[in-house]
Amino acid sequence: MKLTLRVWRQRNADADGAMSTYEVDGVSPDMSFLEMLDTLNEELILKGEDPVAFDHDCREGICGACSLVINGEAHGPERTTTCQLHMRSFRDGDTLDIEPWRASAFPVIKDLVVDRSAFDRIIQAGGYITAPTGSAPEAHATPVPKPDADLAFEHAECIGCGACVAACPNGAAMLFTSAKVNHLNVLPQGAPERETRVLDMVAQMDEEGFGGCTLAGECATACPKGIPLTSITSMNKEWLRATRKVAKR
Amino acid sequence: MALATRTDRRPSLARTVWDSSVGKKAVMAVSGIVMLLYLVVHMIGNLKIFFGPGEFNHYAHWLRTLGEPFMHYEWTLWMIRVVLVAAVVAHAVSAYQLSRRDLRARPSKYVHRKARASYATRTMRWGGVILGLFIVWHLLDLTTGTVHAGGFQEGHPYQNVVDTFSTWYGNVVYIVAVLALGLHVRHGFFSAAQTLGAGSRTRNRALRAVADVLALLLTAGFVAVPVGVMTGVVS
Ligand code: HEM
Ligand code: FES
Repeated sequence: MKLTLRVWRQRNADADGAMSTYEVDGVSPDMSFLEMLDTLNEELILKGEDPVAFDHDCREGICGACSLVINGEAHGPERTTTCQLHMRSFRDGDTLDIEPWRASAFPVIKDLVVDRSAFDRIIQAGGYITAPTGSAPEAHATPVPKPDADLAFEHAECIGCGACVAACPNGAAMLFTSAKVNHLNVLPQGAPERETRVLDMVAQMDEEGFGGCTLAGECATACPKGIPLTSITSMNKEWLRATRKVAKR
Repeated sequence: MALATRTDRRPSLARTVWDSSVGKKAVMAVSGIVMLLYLVVHMIGNLKIFFGPGEFNHYAHWLRTLGEPFMHYEWTLWMIRVVLVAAVVAHAVSAYQLSRRDLRARPSKYVHRKARASYATRTMRWGGVILGLFIVWHLLDLTTGTVHAGGFQEGHPYQNVVDTFSTWYGNVVYIVAVLALGLHVRHGFFSAAQTLGAGSRTRNRALRAVADVLALLLTAGFVAVPVGVMTGVVS
């Protein structure tokens, strides 16, 4: 396959960026999208040019590091992560636009790499449970009904890649935050901090400069892990419940 | 030294709600639903115009004597007006502030744009602005009579309505606003349900259907009046 790539190049956080055009030849349909970019980078290095910077780590769809907007879609045309996207999803001769996640809370560091530490600070605000560590507790000590366990697991699938923010017209982190809140709030282990968790995580989300939800639904469409839009509804419900509870204390 | 035992002092309920994007959105949803309920009643009342000036004008008079003898003349009406003005102001201010936040959160657009969300979703902001301007014009036209075409007669709403819809611009302004309302309600009702946590995987299909039916009924009910005047059914 032969492709034309138009890639966002930006020297550093303060520099202005622009799209640059490259041709890549000899792309196999079995290559992953990142392997295709590796091919481009090898050529650029041989020519003495600066390779394109992009985030990646596990390359097996579980870490959430890879983060490219391909032809206007976060993680490209398939419902998966960029590292699990294969070149067979494109056709010989295609022109592909490759851009970084766009949101003021995710500033560009270089080329296609953005700073997602805002997500870490949302987690720090309440995305944990307070429990004594040590040897594993007896499994039957805390029964969890199967439907609750399934619901928690569905939300726990979020890998924090930020595709929801990248896809949202408002740069909102509602889907990410709701996945994290619901994951712990439906479990008995999360119950002691149920109210403070949702209040503090939403407050941190606002503090970081993410936008709000207008039910456009783009986030859930882009999510490689299929976190549903109703996750946001559940978080709204948790938040309203928590404000009432906390006000009575 | 004594240690503080309470470390979870938090701002008041009202502060928490207004300062949070999720809380402010709830203000928008509640005020929107208040206006929506009013509009359903308003639309039904308007349809009485098809039963002649006697019945329509009597209905308008009854609105003023509502609640008597407990209430004085027009007291109930004024209470409704105060609630509605509060709802419009709360809705518009929260819509403005949330929209500002949304636009700031996504300052640079993608070079490669792709077709996005539904028409109703994308027109909420401009549709809302059209509705806001319409509300002002509508009050100046048929409540105070300030910009009314052809002598405004206090206490004769039937004639006033016929006057308004006998001008081309009266019909255009009104019908455009009602179509904007239909779109706004279609996305708004469903959104409000999600904002207030009433939606769920099993319930959302029904909520979307209710939003569509509500939007359609409101649009048809409100548009019927100018169409009635234009076609001479009401004169
Ligand atoms: C003053 C004029 C108005 C303005 C500026 C305005 C603006 C807005 C905006 C920007 C939204 C958020 C859209 C989104 O989430 O994508 C909204 C939502 C909504 N509006 Fe309005 N609107 C106005 C009048 C009305 C009226 C007359 C109604 C009555 C039917 C109404 C009902 C709603 C409802 C129910 C929502 C949903 C709230 C939510 O998303 O939770 N609005 N409005
Ligand atoms: S590189 Fe780990 S999810 Fe893509």
